[in-house]
Amino acid sequence: MADQIRVNSDPRAALAGASVKQIDLRKRPRIGETIIQTILYACGFISIFTTIGIVYVLGQESLRFFASDEVSLVEFFTNTVWQPVIGEFGILPLVNSTMMVTIIALLVAIPLGLAMAIYMAEYASERVRAFLKPVIELLAGIPTVVYGFFALTFVTPWLREIFGRDVVQIYNVMSAGLVVGILITPIIATLSEDALSAVPSGLRQASLGLGATKWETAIRVVVPAAFSGIVAASIVAMSRAIGETMVVALAAGASPQFTFNPFLPAETMTGHIARISGGDLSYQTIDYNSIFAIGLVLFFMTLTLNIVSRMIVRRFREVYE
Amino acid sequence: MSAEPLTPLSASTGRLPQGEEVKQNVASRQQRGKLWQASLLFSVFVGLLVLLLLAWNIVNDAFGGIAVQEAVEVEALTGGRELEELAQPELVAILEENLRSRVLGNLNREQPLAERDAENLIEVILFEIIKPEVVATFSLYDYLFNRAEIEAQLAQDFPRAELEFKSWLRWDFIVNPMSSNPIFAGVRTALLGTLWLLVLTILISFPLGLGAAIYLEEYQSDKIFDERKPVGRFFNRVIERSTSIISTNIYNLSGVPSIIYGMLGLAIFVRALEAFTSGSFFGANEGTTANGRTIISAALTMSLLVLPVVIISSQEAIKAVPSTLRQASLGLGATKWQTIWKIVLPNALPGILTGTILAISRAIGETAPLIVVGASTFIVTDPTSIFSKFTVLPIQIYNWTSRPQDEFRAIAAAAIITLLILLLSLNATAILLRNYLRSRRVS
Repeated sequence: MADQIRVNSDPRAALAGASVKQIDLRKRPRIGETIIQTILYACGFISIFTTIGIVYVLGQESLRFFASDEVSLVEFFTNTVWQPVIGEFGILPLVNSTMMVTIIALLVAIPLGLAMAIYMAEYASERVRAFLKPVIELLAGIPTVVYGFFALTFVTPWLREIFGRDVVQIYNVMSAGLVVGILITPIIATLSEDALSAVPSGLRQASLGLGATKWETAIRVVVPAAFSGIVAASIVAMSRAIGETMVVALAAGASPQFTFNPFLPAETMTGHIARISGGDLSYQTIDYNSIFAIGLVLFFMTLTLNIVSRMIVRRFREVYE
Repeated sequence: MSAEPLTPLSASTGRLPQGEEVKQNVASRQQRGKLWQASLLFSVFVGLLVLLLLAWNIVNDAFGGIAVQEAVEVEALTGGRELEELAQPELVAILEENLRSRVLGNLNREQPLAERDAENLIEVILFEIIKPEVVATFSLYDYLFNRAEIEAQLAQDFPRAELEFKSWLRWDFIVNPMSSNPIFAGVRTALLGTLWLLVLTILISFPLGLGAAIYLEEYQSDKIFDERKPVGRFFNRVIERSTSIISTNIYNLSGVPSIIYGMLGLAIFVRALEAFTSGSFFGANEGTTANGRTIISAALTMSLLVLPVVIISSQEAIKAVPSTLRQASLGLGATKWQTIWKIVLPNALPGILTGTILAISRAIGETAPLIVVGASTFIVTDPTSIFSKFTVLPIQIYNWTSRPQDEFRAIAAAAIITLLILLLSLNATAILLRNYLRSRRVS
């Protein structure tokens, strides 16, 4: 490599025969540079420590939880009752209500977010886009606890007005689901819009040139071309909905119930963790360990979804040009 | 992509439409397109509507009417005068007349009545004797448009109560500490807690995130050890492999729910490192912080939470610096670090700062991890050091929202406005800072 070049091989110096002072141009080891590089590497390595920390902490406390006489792994995944007081630890009611919230949220967010994305990418003029983008970012930047306030003080009374106070409880899954849907709409809208805008305009021009209308071009050429990106966006949004805490903690109620009725209160996984740890929780109790077991399930659910979404983007992306 | 033709051929005949048929075909397709476009536009309006409803809902609760009923009328105490008109000895006299000796003794022990100034005495009189109590709270809408109804109902239920306009968001609300009476409650402690958390999180996450981003962008492919020796090759391979793991890992971490970070913080910073985070190791124990549920634990947790986002946005900013600048610097004989420090970073700084501030303003609105880490829900003392117990605005909002009484909803709304103003000014700072730095550096 370049390290090996020496000045004394310079033909002119040899020709002149003069005693030119030899300059050593080899790359010198620079201690300072290496130290800096090591420090920077250590900064990057913190992220690995974080992951190891999460897995270790959740795993270790979960092991303690399952080692307890009151719990068995089978019971944990099959029992439909979660009542720590009487020793019933079945995670199904918590998972069930989490999934209900998530499905309601996706039913709201996918049509709404996708429609916004298609409008922004295909129809909106520059000026309208310049107005809409910050608005969507604003929706995304509002703290989740504010959405929780909105769910409890606006959406719930409104639902009770429509469906009747006997049907809709004060705390209910529907209200939480709708608001989580609003919360994840910006994610779907921005990520899908990126995917749609990345479709080369040649495809659009070809389609329009063949006589398709603007709508036909958008829905039958551009959307299929960006489909992997849209699916990935929906999966990211889904993982966000599963991990969302404050809205469900405020609006979905504080009793783990196994029910499919969205108008009844039902505590989700995140809501349960927040409620249990909100009190003055004493360590070494089964309650303390149980939230880590729930956390572990939550962690693997969201991690799987995130990995799947990245795989979809990588595997199924339509590459043009 | 679908292979079927965009316009189905005339299904019955299998031929292309002709003549008049074409016009109809095109017109109906155009019409369908218009209808769908309208529905897209409708969705956008739904989004805007939600934002407006959200804003209105908050304003509607943060302002409105209250009916106040006082245990003792001011006029009855003072003989028809306002409290503010009275001299200090008269105020003391009122207190001595109306309070039981035990309460008086307590007050005197805090600070003798005779030594207190008038302002303080009025506060005590309000709190101990007059005891204004909100018997009913009305939203802004009801206060403005259902006035007659409200007054009729009030006259029936609380004849002594007075209906007045109330802005729950006011200066007192910002500077008062927490109180169990919503009229006196304020967000001082929570606001200070949020500011402490903000500064600490920036101090911890910015250097770490920037360091990681520089490594991933600039040193990614660099080989520290000697490639010619097998040991050096081996270590270089290890570092290379781990670097690519770091990159994937950062993306995965950014998708982990925030409450999981809270649990990490609870187990590591609050429990395992309790000796450090409670301050007892440094001899800074304040007595109130016997456990690790302190500001520093919260800040460390939040730093881990924002780190992936800070790293990713800093990487973007560094990537945007043109590589010709690097090459020019290296070509002139600068070392790698000199190039990074003097050329790359100054050019990337506006982007890095904006990204970091935006990431951290996200974290400031986070509630879930702090609930798990153990923010206090009711404290009245200001945080004084990184080892203090703390509460933050989102926790206060959560706590007040979850109470059933209307007054607490109202102060929750006022706290939300405070939080949103704080976040907006943070974002504005980020944008101004970026514009300033960009304008200073013409490159």
